[in-house]
Amino acid sequence: MSILQVEQDVAEARKSLRARLSFAPYFFISPFYVVFLAFGLFPMVYSFYLSMVKWDGLGPMNFVGFTNFQLLFTDPQFWQSVSNTFIIWFESTIPLIIIAITIAVLLNSTLVRFKAFWRAAFFLPNVTSLVTVGIVFGILFGTQFGLINYVLSLAGMHAIQWFNYPSTTQLAVAFVIIWRWAGYDSLIFLAGLQSIPESLYEAARVDGASRFRTFLYITLPLLQPVLLFTVVLSTIGGMQIFTEPQIMTNGSGGIGQGGLTIVMYLYNQAFQNHSFGYGAAIAVVLFVIIVVFSALNYLITTRFQSQGADIE
Amino acid sequence: MYGSLVIGFVISVFPFYWLGIMSSQKSSAAYQFPPVLHPGKQFGINYIHVLQNMPFFGSMANSFYVASITTILVMFFSSLAGYAFSKLEFRGRRYLFGFILLTMMVPSQLSLVPLFIIMTKIGWVGSLNALIVPSIANAFGIVWMRQYAEKAIPTELISSGKIDGCTPFRLYWNIALPLLLPGLAALGIFTFMGSWNDYLWPLIILNNKSQYTIQVALGMLVGVHATDYGMLLNGTFLATIPLIVIFLVFNKLFISSLTSGAFK
Repeated sequence: MSILQVEQDVAEARKSLRARLSFAPYFFISPFYVVFLAFGLFPMVYSFYLSMVKWDGLGPMNFVGFTNFQLLFTDPQFWQSVSNTFIIWFESTIPLIIIAITIAVLLNSTLVRFKAFWRAAFFLPNVTSLVTVGIVFGILFGTQFGLINYVLSLAGMHAIQWFNYPSTTQLAVAFVIIWRWAGYDSLIFLAGLQSIPESLYEAARVDGASRFRTFLYITLPLLQPVLLFTVVLSTIGGMQIFTEPQIMTNGSGGIGQGGLTIVMYLYNQAFQNHSFGYGAAIAVVLFVIIVVFSALNYLITTRFQSQGADIE
Repeated sequence: MYGSLVIGFVISVFPFYWLGIMSSQKSSAAYQFPPVLHPGKQFGINYIHVLQNMPFFGSMANSFYVASITTILVMFFSSLAGYAFSKLEFRGRRYLFGFILLTMMVPSQLSLVPLFIIMTKIGWVGSLNALIVPSIANAFGIVWMRQYAEKAIPTELISSGKIDGCTPFRLYWNIALPLLLPGLAALGIFTFMGSWNDYLWPLIILNNKSQYTIQVALGMLVGVHATDYGMLLNGTFLATIPLIVIFLVFNKLFISSLTSGAFK
């Protein structure tokens, strides 16, 4: 009798423990879903609705359908912000990748010593806040007799009023992005380089391939996944550029507004002009742009991967 | 070869040197031909101007508060969920995790306007809570910790803990968590840096000087005193020192954690 009792108790204890165990995982993962529902998913869905209203944040919310989008697509300032964003993205991404690969190849060379020192130095810009970077470079570029123009004068060039023209404003912003990310990207490329087996290089050496050809036919193809990763990263980051141009041009985008990016325009419309519906519409378009880019990246990545599989 | 490394070094590090010397120079030193490259005597005066024009220490304290609390919460919730996704069996696990991956694709700017409206409704405009609480839903943290738990925690350890009658939470706290610490440190640095450097959202949500984070306070300083370079760079310099010191002390951990996020 008592033995039966004990057995029953044990069985019950096991059952309740199992019940607790099976409930626990949901409990453990629940904080994400609860917070995301309130401050992530709900706002996302809500923003699609908001993009179809006219609202100044105080008065009544008027449903206007697709009017905001109609206005947006005929708004020259919006198109300018889109083209600014793409120009800055392009002017920063291409040099960034070339510079980062160069640094990575240098740091990977067996001839270079004190690698930890160089790595830390090149990484330093990435640690500083965007506001700091914006203030420092805003002054370095912004003063007519500032340091950057001094360096240009050493090279025999005229002083440039960087923030007086859209194209030079964009160049200045692109320079700052390159400055901040070159070290970071180079470390990612470095990790990629170090994962390439030494035996491949030896085989190339035995075959008498030149250094340049080795780089072109062995290093670059094997770096492709890393390359794609950095491109994806700088695409998504580049579409969302805000702080650098905002601080550097003191919110104006510079004369001619070459530094006015999509997110800056969104910020100005929603939080300066209190056109919340219009701001939400800009956010929705930005979302679509990023989704299209992500899809393109995904397609390219999978195509490259299947090609790689064919070769193997 | 060293030549190009030295050029890169100068370009990377010189702006910091310039920031340092300019914090002790008159504003006019920023546009002198040839440029001023040595420290000046104005540090004290610039510093007093900083304190007069912005709540420097209050803003630094706000930033430390927000970044630390956010980091601790993200580390705790991410490791808990990452551990569950990696080592516990439950129905719908794949879909629930897939959902988290999916949320990473959506840019945060999409929800900027509605999130502001929500914060207005619940009275968190001008509150540091508005910076901390939404960041708990950190999809990257969960994905990162799950990945780490996968290789760091032997499954036998969990099952033997279960047999010994450990409660689920004790399994996590006493067995899983210690093994996850290195991965957590990386996530911690990642999160702290992100929170410390965040600008757009705090700029939108904070409307009161006493609540400004250091980034917003500096941003406001530029807005009002755009040409008082001496003061501006002094404030920027002081705000940058702590981060640079932390970086120089922990630079290996920094570099490995900030770049390791790239490889999965």
